[in-house]
Amino acid sequence: MSASLPPHLRRLESEAIHIMREVVAEFSAPVMLYSIGKDSSAMLHVALKAFHPAPPPFPFLHVDTTWKFREMIGFRDATAKRLGLNLIVHVNQDGVARGISPVASGSALHTQVMKTEGLRQALDTGKFDAAFGGARRDEEKSRAKERIFSHRSAAHAWDPRNQRPELWRLFNTRIRAGESMRVFPLSNWTELDVWEYVRAEQIPVVPLYFAKERPVVERDGTLIMVDDDRFPLLPGEKPQMRRVRFRTLGCYPLTGAIESDAETLDEVIDEMRASTTSERQGRLIDQDETGSMEKKKREGYF
Amino acid sequence: MAEDLRPAALPTLRLLTCGSVDDGKSTLIGRLLFEQQLIFDDQLSALKRDSKKHGTTGEDIDFALLVDGLEAEREQGITIDVAYRYFATPARSFVVADTPGHEQYTRNMATGASNADLAVILVDARKGLLTQTFRHSYIVSLLGIRHVVLAINKIDLVDFDESTFRAIAASFMEFAKPLGFRSIAPIPISARFGDNVSARSERTPWFEGPHLLHHLERIQVDEDRRLAPFRFPVQWVNRPHLDFRGFAGTIASGQVKAGDDIVVASSGRLSKVTRVISADGDAEEAGAGEAVTLAIADEIDIARGDVLTHPDNRPEVADQFAAHVIWMSEEPLLPGRSYLMKIGAKTTPAAVTELRHRIDVNTLDKLAGKTLSLNEVGFCNLATTMPIAFDPYADNRETGAFILIDRSTNETAAAGMIAHGLRRATNVHRQDLSVSREARARLKHQRPAVLWFTGLSGAGKSVIANLVEAQLHARGAHTLMLDGDNVRHGLNKDLGFTAVDRVENIRRVGEVARLMTDAGLIVLCSFISPFRAERALVRDLAAPSEFLEIFVDAPLATVIARDPKGLYKRALAGEIKNFTGVDQPYESPENADIVLKSALETPDALASQVIGELEARGFITRL
Repeated sequence: MSASLPPHLRRLESEAIHIMREVVAEFSAPVMLYSIGKDSSAMLHVALKAFHPAPPPFPFLHVDTTWKFREMIGFRDATAKRLGLNLIVHVNQDGVARGISPVASGSALHTQVMKTEGLRQALDTGKFDAAFGGARRDEEKSRAKERIFSHRSAAHAWDPRNQRPELWRLFNTRIRAGESMRVFPLSNWTELDVWEYVRAEQIPVVPLYFAKERPVVERDGTLIMVDDDRFPLLPGEKPQMRRVRFRTLGCYPLTGAIESDAETLDEVIDEMRASTTSERQGRLIDQDETGSMEKKKREGYF
Repeated sequence: MAEDLRPAALPTLRLLTCGSVDDGKSTLIGRLLFEQQLIFDDQLSALKRDSKKHGTTGEDIDFALLVDGLEAEREQGITIDVAYRYFATPARSFVVADTPGHEQYTRNMATGASNADLAVILVDARKGLLTQTFRHSYIVSLLGIRHVVLAINKIDLVDFDESTFRAIAASFMEFAKPLGFRSIAPIPISARFGDNVSARSERTPWFEGPHLLHHLERIQVDEDRRLAPFRFPVQWVNRPHLDFRGFAGTIASGQVKAGDDIVVASSGRLSKVTRVISADGDAEEAGAGEAVTLAIADEIDIARGDVLTHPDNRPEVADQFAAHVIWMSEEPLLPGRSYLMKIGAKTTPAAVTELRHRIDVNTLDKLAGKTLSLNEVGFCNLATTMPIAFDPYADNRETGAFILIDRSTNETAAAGMIAHGLRRATNVHRQDLSVSREARARLKHQRPAVLWFTGLSGAGKSVIANLVEAQLHARGAHTLMLDGDNVRHGLNKDLGFTAVDRVENIRRVGEVARLMTDAGLIVLCSFISPFRAERALVRDLAAPSEFLEIFVDAPLATVIARDPKGLYKRALAGEIKNFTGVDQPYESPENADIVLKSALETPDALASQVIGELEARGFITRL
């Protein structure tokens, strides 16, 4: 309840706090997914407020695909240290052993093995019965219909046809042994809300969101940053320094950059208001076909 | 610093759109987003692609496809769930709940309405008010929405005719009189072509009112929850170390500040607020909708689910009340069955004790009925196992709303809105008896208990229970046997074998068993009792630790082969209906206190097993 926030952000923050407290009161082993992006940063910030003066009474989990931007990993570790978080980093070692990578295996298999299966492994290992995620309903059409408390079977599957009705603020948190709940405290936030909140609360975010000269190559009209030497260059292809930034962050070979001069939060917000493309446009994993997000979610993707 | 698009004066408007498939509801939302340039280029190109594949508008863009999210919906061309859309104009931000209009989706519409301040009800100008318009208006009113827009759509298809518009608007005003709306705004629109959606249409020069977006941007949904009495459901007790105890929750209504006297509604204990804590420092005061932590002066007992209020304006506290209930489960309502009720932060067992009437959502007629099915609305009496604090829903949407949860499937079975408490609870005070139940039991040198034998017909429940009772009697214990067949000859002779009657049968037996344990007896109950929910109900009725569920476990094949009363033969031949194990399910206990494998051991051995357990648990002394 920050007095300096505009009313619409204050309301969203209160709602997210309410959801987090409900989870802590009703579940035995909650965990918060921490994906390092702006949404995770906002969600973490709300979590720090929700339980004040106690620290957040749950661990944080990052499912590391080993292909995140190096700056993301540095930011993750610095954040955990600065705030004293109990951070679990999980890598699907089976996937690593099989040599799965976005370059060699393609985005669909890489995402399935390193993100979806990696997440399932981590949730099973920790015996977590509730997992917070930073997804928002404005991101994508199938997200728009997902509940704030989204039930998962013992196999982590989502059944969109059989969701519990969610009325008022009365969340049905009951599950059977082995089942779990995915919980989305930022469901009702928009991308603009998140940025405005980050600005109003002065929340640190990964510098990749701000424009800078970075080495990129252009593939099928998408700018890919060459973050390390694992990225195979085509014959004659040479990374060029371009002034770019990112609207969303993920595995670097699957994340498109945009050309931009926005170096500050104010400039990022102004640029976004003038934008004519959605944020997921830079995500290569969503473009396989319409409905692809719903398919991934049924299988346990966040 | 970039300026904020939204002025602080008007809060976010949460609205619900209702209309049936052909009314153009999704088209209207798609049109609104499109005209506010809120559809991104990549979304628009996907939309053009989808319009060719699934669209119903020929070469034009089908805006409905933008909103209908799930694949199944795109294929069937209908909206089957609630979708939320977010958009902002320079004047205000909006959350739109888009819900389906068919009668079989009443629950989805109620879900969308539960968090909305205003409803846009669409009608087709060619068809005028239909049954579905009545249904939508009633549900909207039932869920407490007080502002509606009557969007008379497809006005282009009646040649922008003023008299058609006026006639529909007038008949709606007449119909809506008893529904308690504070504002009704009829607007002639064409969602497909954009007339009066976000700009005034030149094709309806006779229409003097504002266009739809203008109306939505300016309407005051005036109910100021900060002015209502203070209600604070305690959500979580924050106790990081011994020197700090705070009560975290979201203020449901009213305001609170340090120094306020407060009372715990259910216990009547008084204290004072010492601090209103937030992560940004202590606040002077806080109001409705804000998530805060309160510290109080005294170490009084406060737990999750308690409601803190000001002493001079308290909520009702009762264990029986009347409420409207919207049934949301495929499994019908069974009066008497134990459900879990969640109200505020409290979860407590509750049962519908009486269905006073069903309501035909199309005509608002009151109908007689014994049960509610999916999407039906009823007016019921409910009872909880412990008193709860509440306000009538009409006064407070936060503290008057509840959900019912099915105890075996964990589904959300119903949504409810409390109308009023029932005086019965306050008039019939429980007698405080001068001879306590403990005193009676002590005289008998035993601890009272309910031994609940459950299992298929023919599993051996009565045989074993009789042997147990004989052994107990021989040892000087005071017992009573309640047997399914015998009870049905007297106390429950008015009941049959339908699911509804089985529930009531068990409830009555549970009540009798409780009275007998008050008398200090060990009560043996032998009932098929096929449903987990009913066994949970009788467990709730008994004192904790005095109830033992004994599962007489025999495979169906074994009991069919035994068939001591010849009943399976007749049931399998179709001569007996509703027979457990044949055409009615038996839900095996998941956590029985004692399991007796009656196909493997003799009845005598199993009876001795029960006696051993009673000794081990201290109900009777070892010989």
